[in-house]
Amino acid sequence: MVEHPSIRLDGATLRLGGRTLWEDVSLTVRRGEFLAVLGPNGAGKTSLLRVLLGLQPLSRGQVQIDGHTPTRGSAAIGYVPQQRAFDPDLPVRGRDLVGFGLNGHRWGFSPPLRPPAEPVEDMLKLVGADGYADVPIGRLSGGEQQRLRIAQALVGSPRLLLCDEPLLSLDPNSQQAIVQLIAEWSRRGATVVFVTHDINPLRAVASRVLLLAGGRWAVGPIEWVLTSETLSRLYGAPVEVLHVQGRVVVLGAELGGHEPVPAVPVGDQ
Amino acid sequence: MTSLWHYAFVQQAVQAGAITAILAGFVGPFVTARNMSFSVHGLAEVGFAGAAGAVLLGLPPAAGLLTASFSAALAIGALGVRLRERDIATGSVLAFGVGLGVLFLTLSPRYLTEAYAILFGSILAVSRQDVVRTAVVGVGALAALALVYRPLRFASIDPDVAEARGVPTRLLSIVFLLILALAVTEAVQVVGVLLILTLLIVPPGAAQRLTAHPGLIVAYSVLIALTSVLGGLVCAVYTSWPVSFFVSAFTFAAYLAARLVGPMLAGSPRVAAAAPVREDVEVTSTAAARPTRVHPGAH
Repeated sequence: MVEHPSIRLDGATLRLGGRTLWEDVSLTVRRGEFLAVLGPNGAGKTSLLRVLLGLQPLSRGQVQIDGHTPTRGSAAIGYVPQQRAFDPDLPVRGRDLVGFGLNGHRWGFSPPLRPPAEPVEDMLKLVGADGYADVPIGRLSGGEQQRLRIAQALVGSPRLLLCDEPLLSLDPNSQQAIVQLIAEWSRRGATVVFVTHDINPLRAVASRVLLLAGGRWAVGPIEWVLTSETLSRLYGAPVEVLHVQGRVVVLGAELGGHEPVPAVPVGDQ
Repeated sequence: MTSLWHYAFVQQAVQAGAITAILAGFVGPFVTARNMSFSVHGLAEVGFAGAAGAVLLGLPPAAGLLTASFSAALAIGALGVRLRERDIATGSVLAFGVGLGVLFLTLSPRYLTEAYAILFGSILAVSRQDVVRTAVVGVGALAALALVYRPLRFASIDPDVAEARGVPTRLLSIVFLLILALAVTEAVQVVGVLLILTLLIVPPGAAQRLTAHPGLIVAYSVLIALTSVLGGLVCAVYTSWPVSFFVSAFTFAAYLAARLVGPMLAGSPRVAAAAPVREDVEVTSTAAARPTRVHPGAH
């Protein structure tokens, strides 16, 4: 039996609003691989996740998830969206947020006072969020909210986990905790695509990095891609990559940042 | 005094009022979760135009109300469901609706009585037929809400992930606007166009001060709406003051009380402390040796 790669992009090109975000990307991601995605503002990182989610069609080329064209709402994919602020008065608990990940998409209603679902409770414990699962989410710290987001994405036992800047605005301890949670899931056999503005927290876990910049792209192990030579070629300008006290520091180019998410799903138009 | 309750008009008011309060209690939490107070007002005021138009044509105002707010819901849904755009779309439809309503009422011979009934409610004037219509609309709206309840909550609170999970968020926005139009039509009968928020915003607002449990919020919201409407009817029957006044007074009292005693006060201390970070997870690198490729791309 032939096992399909987790993700296959073949000559994938995406143009949005008359601008080419990336062109002719061909890439195979094996099952269980941890792929970090880096790139400057507007490089199309979130759009890449939307393509993988089946929310955004490619302008050209092909994309396959587990050997099939991605369909909207696939249960095989877990999604950690970009952080957004919740109103502190929003009457929604962490437990409810994780519950959405389990069955929020199904029609009908749950009996209102039914005891909480077992997978939700298990997942809350796994991410260490059971202690604050009844607190309204708007009153939790960024790190606590991200744990709940990860529990929400993992509760359906996805084979592919897509994370959009889950480390944004977290302190280094929370960053490491979140990275380790995701890395553990990856070691259990799930494929991870992790959009980030900082490669350093991922250096121990990311097997490869995909760099999107100005319509061009590069993929490979971190030490191959994040070099002065590769980055200078990608950006078309001199870029210096330094290793300072075990950290990768990039001078002369912006690796981080994030393009604004379109308010209306373009795929629906 | 108790003999008043033997009159058909009082019994009909209680029946229609109870159905309306239950529907409003269920729909309200979604209105607050989706920040749709303005849409509620918009639907009610366009409903006002429809009711006024019906009066002018000699048709029952309720039919005009239902038709107009239902059409307005479709129009708002079609014009744009994005949060930012929704306010503008709602405002545009609303302003024109009220203008039309004023024209229709001015042209109508029974200007004052009808205007008063539509703007401030006329629950003590409902007929047997009105009760039947209220029941049919109420059951229909509740059934529709039950069908979309879970994905609608998902889409209202967490739209990005809901969309990724395949929830048809745009369709649900329109479906909810239609359910809301039905709830608004019913509530206008009880409290009138100008007091619509007293049934659709205040009870869920009070409920979510008392708890963050989704099931309990709905239960409290229904309970507060129902108690306020029935209590308002009782008081109105015995004092001859307007029902709308009493209903708004009761819901407001519930809101104040909930703010005072509820645990959901802004800035109140967190209930539980965060669990410690798990440090025992060991992470290994599985770096695959793949060649680096750089692809030139078009700009």
